[in-house]
Amino acid sequence: MPTHHIVSAFDEELKYLANRIAAMGGHAERMVDQAVFALVNSDHGLARQVVANDEFLDIGQREIDEKAIVIIARRQPMADDLREIIGAIRISGDLERVGDLGKNIAKRVVAVTEARQPVRLFRGIESLAELALTQLKDVLDTYASRSIDRIGFVRDRDDQIDAMYTSLFRELLTYMMEDPRNITACTHLLFCAKNIERIGDHATNIAETVYYIVTGAQMPAERPKEDKSHKVTAQATAAADPS
Amino acid sequence: MAGRLGDFLRIVISRLWSARWLIAGAIVALAGLAASSGATVSSVLLAVLFVVAVAALAPRRDGLGRTERVADAGRTPFDAITAEHLAASVSDPLVICDARGSVVYANKPAANAFSALNEGTSLILRFRAPEMQDLIGGLLSQGKGGSIDYAERLPVERWFRVTASPIGQAGGFFVLVFKDQSETRRIDRMRADFIANASHELRTPLASVSGFIETLRGPARNDPAAREQFLQIMQNQTARMARLIDDLLSLSRLETKPFLNPADRLDLRPLIDGVIDALSPLAKESGVRIERDFGEGAAIVAGNRDELIQVFENLLENACKYGQSGGRVLVSIDRAASGYDGMLDVAVRDFGPGIPEEHIPRLTERFYRVDVETSRGQKGTGLGLAIVKHILTRHNARLTIRSKPGEGSTFTVHFPQA
Ligand SMILES: Nc1ncnc2c1ncn2[C@@H]1O[C@H](COP(=O)(O)OP(=O)(O)OP(=O)(O)O)[C@@H](O)[C@H]1O
Ligand SMILES: [Mg+2]
Repeated sequence: MPTHHIVSAFDEELKYLANRIAAMGGHAERMVDQAVFALVNSDHGLARQVVANDEFLDIGQREIDEKAIVIIARRQPMADDLREIIGAIRISGDLERVGDLGKNIAKRVVAVTEARQPVRLFRGIESLAELALTQLKDVLDTYASRSIDRIGFVRDRDDQIDAMYTSLFRELLTYMMEDPRNITACTHLLFCAKNIERIGDHATNIAETVYYIVTGAQMPAERPKEDKSHKVTAQATAAADPS
Repeated sequence: MAGRLGDFLRIVISRLWSARWLIAGAIVALAGLAASSGATVSSVLLAVLFVVAVAALAPRRDGLGRTERVADAGRTPFDAITAEHLAASVSDPLVICDARGSVVYANKPAANAFSALNEGTSLILRFRAPEMQDLIGGLLSQGKGGSIDYAERLPVERWFRVTASPIGQAGGFFVLVFKDQSETRRIDRMRADFIANASHELRTPLASVSGFIETLRGPARNDPAAREQFLQIMQNQTARMARLIDDLLSLSRLETKPFLNPADRLDLRPLIDGVIDALSPLAKESGVRIERDFGEGAAIVAGNRDELIQVFENLLENACKYGQSGGRVLVSIDRAASGYDGMLDVAVRDFGPGIPEEHIPRLTERFYRVDVETSRGQKGTGLGLAIVKHILTRHNARLTIRSKPGEGSTFTVHFPQA
């Protein structure tokens, strides 16, 4: 009886960590989405809201860290459980960074809209953000379902994000050279694009952590670099499990 | 008659079973009594038989037994319907979870609507949007039901009215029903989108047409050769504007469409044959020969016929227009393609100039054109591949683009195995 009690209380603690991660993930996804929307639609109010929301993630990360340390000290967990806890610490760190990057985009909204740019400049940023957000969503969904058999999508999309970022970078440079009046706004947009690309990287980190939690092994490294730069995939969606 | 007897026997047996400990005790006591008092075996047997008969037949105030019997007698087909039958017949996505918030049942529409929603998945982990967290949190911790609006942005934007409630009085199970509100929401969005895109993209061709009109009325008034040339350009421009509006409408319409029915199966072979036939005038005009390498047997995928026709029309049209110089276009079907999920691949390959590397990731963006001048000459709007991407996303399919400058381009559609 008493052992059963201890085990289930321990399970509750692990569940608490996972739930906090989910809440942080939801917030981070929302922040990035809103930051990019605010940027594209010059919505200053929304941008301010995003900046204010970042605190939630800072608090979340601190809470998870503290809780995790207490659990490790008290329960001295082994193998699977220890991986689960270490994984939570790592994922919350990545999510907190995602929030910072989102906040950074939101902070640039005012500067970008002061020098209003043609719509076409934002289309690239929008598709880059869509890719990064899809990556983040699919990765967090994998954390929820713990089914890692389709995790191959992560590497593919990581490559797409890089390719898209490179292309966007060149495009923005062209606009800056075409007309010096574009320089200020384009510089901010370049940083925004860089931030989004890094959000994608953090999503990939999270995928690696999830893989580690589930299997105890490192996620298979990148496949051999075929003519990768010439190939690109238009948005892969993690297919709904048909079973 | 036989039924009665069967019922009777069943009742007797169940009563004996439920009284088994009492009977066993009585028998042991009687045997002990007999041994100490020296009674005859037959009298002991008689006493035992009596105990058993009483246990089996005497009226008993056994609430459980009676309600069981009543339920048994009054069983209608309706009683045989389980909660699962009921949930399965609901046409909106519906998810049932236990007290820990783990999915115990998700009906078909729910599995279609939400990826990564398996039995055992924690709802709190899967639905991370802050308002969903509040709803599910309140439900699990206080058994509090409620309704909220929830938008799932990716891969395709959808809005839901989510209602959460506990099931029955006993507690322990909860149900979430998702009412799809996407259509009404999207119509507003579509209007805004259409205005933004159309006003932006129509401005250039309109400006050019009005420029030519000015020239025709002024400097070129008496120049028949220039007039003919300008009128030709104007005609091209207006054709492009008309097409742009068609494409924009088609894209908006796609975005307001409900989910696909994943049960619809079709064979891609005749579908692509039809597209090739329809495009043969364009191919002839461009001097391009369309070849096919379909392999053996049917190529079955899940999908919507009209939408998939649109996909291959766009890809083949591009291959003929932009790969014209290669003189041929190859359409091939690969049934054993590699990928992280089972795939069936259809590749459209041309042997034209190819696409510079830096443009490849961007081609599916709205209005993106590699070379605005060539594309405009082809009456291109830059929406074709955006439409392709949108349709494929709805089909859980993917598009990959490979190209080497000077060697042509290959656009490959990867379908999940049907
Ligand atoms: N097979 C190809 N070879 C070379 N470039 C291509 C090829 N297919 C597409 N492209 C390039 O991609 C751009 C976008 O194609 P897309 O089909 O989206 O638009 P479009 O052809 O310009 O317009 P629409 O299809 O609406 O008439 C084209 O403008 C062209 O520059
Ligand atoms: Mg086209």
